[in-house]
Amino acid sequence: MSYIDTLLNGEQGAFNPDKLTPMQKLALRFVVVGVLYYGLSAIEGMIMRMYEISPIPGFDAEHFFAIMTAHPLVGIFGSSYSIVFGAFLFLVPFLMKKPLWSIKLGNWSFVLIAVGTLIFWLSGFISHYAPLYTLYWPLPADFTQFSPVGGAIFILGIAIVMVGTIFFVINIFKTIAYTPEGFEKVSGRAMLASATGFSWKESIFRKKSKRRENLVSLPVAAVARGTVDTLLNAVIIAFTGVLILVYMVAAILGYDLKETAIDALLYKNWFWWGLDLIADGLVLIFVAGTGYLLAMLITGKDLYMARIARLALWVELVVSWTVWSHHLLADQAQPGILKIVSGEFVTAFELITQGLAFFITLITLWSARPLKMTNALKFLLGGLLGFGLAVPAGIIQADIGLNRILHNTQWIIGPHVHVAILIGLVMTLYAAIYFLLPILTNGAKLYSQKLANFHFWAHLIGGIGMGAFMGMAGLKGMLRRTVYYEGEYNLYMILAAICGALLLLAFFAFLYNIIMTFGVKGLIGIFTPPKTKTTDLLPKDA
Amino acid sequence: MVDSNLVLNGQTFAYTIYAIVIILLMAWFGYKITKTGKTGVLQTRLFTVLVIFLTLLGVSLHIVTNLTIPWVSIDLNRSEITPDRVFNISVADHQFRLPEEKMTAKVGEIVLFDVTSSDLTYGFGVFRKDNTMVCQMQVVPWHRNDLMWKFEKPGIYTIRSTEYSGPKGHQMILKDVLEIKE
Repeated sequence: MSYIDTLLNGEQGAFNPDKLTPMQKLALRFVVVGVLYYGLSAIEGMIMRMYEISPIPGFDAEHFFAIMTAHPLVGIFGSSYSIVFGAFLFLVPFLMKKPLWSIKLGNWSFVLIAVGTLIFWLSGFISHYAPLYTLYWPLPADFTQFSPVGGAIFILGIAIVMVGTIFFVINIFKTIAYTPEGFEKVSGRAMLASATGFSWKESIFRKKSKRRENLVSLPVAAVARGTVDTLLNAVIIAFTGVLILVYMVAAILGYDLKETAIDALLYKNWFWWGLDLIADGLVLIFVAGTGYLLAMLITGKDLYMARIARLALWVELVVSWTVWSHHLLADQAQPGILKIVSGEFVTAFELITQGLAFFITLITLWSARPLKMTNALKFLLGGLLGFGLAVPAGIIQADIGLNRILHNTQWIIGPHVHVAILIGLVMTLYAAIYFLLPILTNGAKLYSQKLANFHFWAHLIGGIGMGAFMGMAGLKGMLRRTVYYEGEYNLYMILAAICGALLLLAFFAFLYNIIMTFGVKGLIGIFTPPKTKTTDLLPKDA
Repeated sequence: MVDSNLVLNGQTFAYTIYAIVIILLMAWFGYKITKTGKTGVLQTRLFTVLVIFLTLLGVSLHIVTNLTIPWVSIDLNRSEITPDRVFNISVADHQFRLPEEKMTAKVGEIVLFDVTSSDLTYGFGVFRKDNTMVCQMQVVPWHRNDLMWKFEKPGIYTIRSTEYSGPKGHQMILKDVLEIKE
């Protein structure tokens, strides 16, 4: 095939979008848009990396902070949520061997998340609304720096994403609970209890002889438990959006609610409780579940210590509701007991739950060696390394003594946040994408293995390197959310930018590989209406 | 009380060693997983030891730091400690207002920074000449934000906000406004 043929029709013309089922199209739409939003977030990150070395002409500080606000939200909602939701809307019915409860609702989730992200990104871009990813101004809101109209549109975009998220939650729980026509009737309540872990049937404390079999598989249980946090987070963010909107509408109408503000510390507790359901909840649970699933699929074996793994997922869920106070260790008005119990000791449980997930996945893989080093396996190992590095970095900063000298430095955002997201989360998502590629595309051929190898190494080295140099700057006192104008940290920032550039190159290599695999016509075909109306996940002849 | 730089150096050393070990472990695992060899899984007893080890590690880290990092006990018991010197600082409209143009204290004195905000959430951090941070806290409006500290080294220090409070906030810096004398 000529280069132009491959560009238009994909590698060996093996990908035919007309043969895709509606479910395959739904999953692929989520993934393609999620990958594009990742690219946007990566470009924004690179702009900020350059700005941290030397302010860019034409960009003022307001623009910089507007980018800083949009960057993580585009990354979390536009990219990670899209890829994760697309994968799970396909995998839950795939693993349960029944159709998705509603493909229509799934498509609504996709549209709302994609459009909502675009709205809040555009609002931030145009109006420079920049309260950071926390959405809030730690109340009271300050409209002397921001336009309340821009803020209101920004919040509208977030609200639309949350509606799409709630649709996803409904679809997942309904899919777990419902009995399709022609299937043997099962109790929806029992299925949900087993999936979420609120069922003593699976109790590890029961005698072996009295234990009943779990109604849902471990990966489905992981999705369900992560989805509980997804729902709680969506409710908190949606409520917070309404609250902020009240301030904004009042400002638009000429009233200042500054003096009638909700207590700032109470608000911080409320918001961090909700936001932590992502960072210390659904991300960790979803990633652990994805790791387990990939380990089982790659090896073809049962998971090692599956019962413990299931229990650890449940513990992680409960822990995620009680760890928020580690974000408030530097708040002197926060009660000391909350700092010690929630901030330090409950947070330390993540070392246990994530440590177990790490070792259980590795031991399962080891049990099946020799394994072929596929793209899915190498990215999965990269993802495990990411959490192996980032979780202890987080435990270190969730310490009353160390937090006093680390809080709000680049240490937090480098070795902990960026390594956790870019290496831990994103590499696990890439592992899932590489694994699912032939299943979702009915056997499309990857254009270039060399590009996939480059993608792996550039992403791994770039991500860890960037996190490390940011961390070194943090240890030297460099704050996050700050611009330094006198080149105080230029050595670290230049090195971090080189690693950031490597990350960006990795993304472009992956994007090019995907375009050449699907072909331009194939990519467009993913977004056209499906030719078949089946609720089956895969074509009959697949 | 030890200087915060010393604690930071210790943490840097420990984490760097850990990071190198875990990267090498994963590289070794990635190499070995493609080779033939023993495939036996970890025995339940060893797995239990692993769980106990992780639990002890998670809990002991905080116990060790709480017992060895000197400012922790000062911080947790600050309501019962009488400071040698108190600096009442207010913040509003992205500006620090100090009790005096240059605040001074002596090495070894217990200093209390009592900072209040009447509008937004800010941060309060003390920085050395080389930009490294001595300590910091959040400044939440209409709450008492008190940071107690014992300086071990003489020097001239800078104060800056350590929390984002909009684009105006990142230039909230007061250079060389705190002097610790011998």
